Amino acid sequence: MSDVELALRQVRYTNKEFWRNPGSAFFTFAFPLMFLVIFTALLGSGTVEVAPGVIIKQSTYYVAAMSAFAVITAAYTNIAIGMVFQRDAGILKRTKGTPLPGWVYLGGRVLHVLIIAVLLVLITSAFGVVFYSADVPTGTLLLKFAAVVVVGSMSFAALGLATTAIVPNADAAPAVVNAIILPLLFLSGIFIPFGVETPEWIKTVARIFPVKHFTDAMRAGFYGAPPFLWRDVLVVGIWGLAGLILAVRFFTWEPKK
Amino acid sequence: MAEPVIQVRDLRKSYQDVEAVRGLDLTVESGEVFALLGPNGAGKTTTVEILEGYRQRTSGEAWVLGRDPANLDRATRERIGIVLQSTGVDPFLTVRETIDMYRGYYPHPRPVDEVVDVVGLSEKRDTRVNKLSGGQQRRLDVAIALAGDPELLFLDEPTTGFDPSARRHAWQIVRNLIALGKTVFLTTHYMDEAQELAKRVAVIAKGVIVAEGSPATIGGRDTAQTVIRFRVDDREGIPSFGHVPLGDGTLELRTEHPTKVLHELTAWALDRGSELEGLEVRRPTLEDIYLQLTGGEAGTE
Repeated sequence: MSDVELALRQVRYTNKEFWRNPGSAFFTFAFPLMFLVIFTALLGSGTVEVAPGVIIKQSTYYVAAMSAFAVITAAYTNIAIGMVFQRDAGILKRTKGTPLPGWVYLGGRVLHVLIIAVLLVLITSAFGVVFYSADVPTGTLLLKFAAVVVVGSMSFAALGLATTAIVPNADAAPAVVNAIILPLLFLSGIFIPFGVETPEWIKTVARIFPVKHFTDAMRAGFYGAPPFLWRDVLVVGIWGLAGLILAVRFFTWEPKK
Repeated sequence: MAEPVIQVRDLRKSYQDVEAVRGLDLTVESGEVFALLGPNGAGKTTTVEILEGYRQRTSGEAWVLGRDPANLDRATRERIGIVLQSTGVDPFLTVRETIDMYRGYYPHPRPVDEVVDVVGLSEKRDTRVNKLSGGQQRRLDVAIALAGDPELLFLDEPTTGFDPSARRHAWQIVRNLIALGKTVFLTTHYMDEAQELAKRVAVIAKGVIVAEGSPATIGGRDTAQTVIRFRVDDREGIPSFGHVPLGDGTLELRTEHPTKVLHELTAWALDRGSELEGLEVRRPTLEDIYLQLTGGEAGTE
């Protein structure tokens, strides 16, 4: 079997595990959809100015925001917590003792993340179209949008792998991972849209980290504002590359003592 | 003679200020079951994990299937099966799926059903891993290690925490492996396990090998003195072989000539029409030797 076949096989088994595990199936898959329903139910009737002069319904805003949130959860949170669990349970150590190259194993995981991310984006978009007549990307914008989803999933997955290095054990994993990602989600306007009163320091934080750039690129796909910028994709990709380098250097296959 | 499967010379491993392995030598030949026997903390797992490629040695030489274990290539890994002391498998896959996933990593794997049969999990093949008992999960560990049809199998304390019947079951599995011609490197802190399974035993204590040999001869067990104990009320005229009283009326003596001693003692007792009560003739067990060699640290778990 070639390494590519092996990686695809790994995707298949990872997928089986994913859907049978109530934890990952619920938190990764149902969570963003649940949030979408709650946020749109609570705030969906208002409007939000997403760019100077561009006013959209908040429900449309949340379709894009929850789509981004879904990708981040599937890639970053799911990988970081899931891999620490596998590490602490000794699953990674066992795998390391087999002839399977490490990159094939991890590659299979990341590829699986990409599939889940695409599925989640499709579902949130369909939800948006059906209930909130949200626009969905078509034509060249669709290609750009696809690139955003791919680069975003891979980058957040790489950052998730890097994060495992600072998580001491499985018990601490949800706390550490959420302590990193939750503030960033809030500071990047995922749950509460940025407005004219948004403090400058929050905007600065948002400009440094990849979440806002990723979300902006996703929103560009849904309603064209802010305009689509390759620069946003590039920033996300650079963070992903940094995550990959850190992961290669610090990722461990054995539980930490 | 074929090249040894494992060869280790003056192996050393230090963790910060602790020297866990202090100059170890050992050789494992093809097709044999070799047991590394020692108490907890003696350096067994450190040694086996160096040979499996999980740890880097501090110094010394080591060869596994002709390769440096610090740098095992994929082709060599394909010839090795590993049962670690503690590992997990994904709880949501079934027994069959789990074995099938791992066997896919090897070029010439054994059929899933065959592996499942060898470890006695046939009835559980469609059960999810999280529904298995501890002993069944351990058997699955062995099944996964066997799935790639390895030449060399590492078993690190395979039966720790097992009840007696589960241990007998596990031993049968290892005997099946021997029948298949596998080379097995076993670590254990159970003397009976080493005795039952291994052709050769090395006793490790505080990071060094203190004795090596077959279970029957290790530590001079075959030449050691036999211990004879008995009770007798009237000791008048008893042939003297240096017996000592043990307090409760029992006499104990040690001899290298048990046949002669027993012959004279029993003749003496028969002449007088008395009985050697509680007569006991004991060779030192592997456990006695082990306790003696490891300074009484055996079975501290």
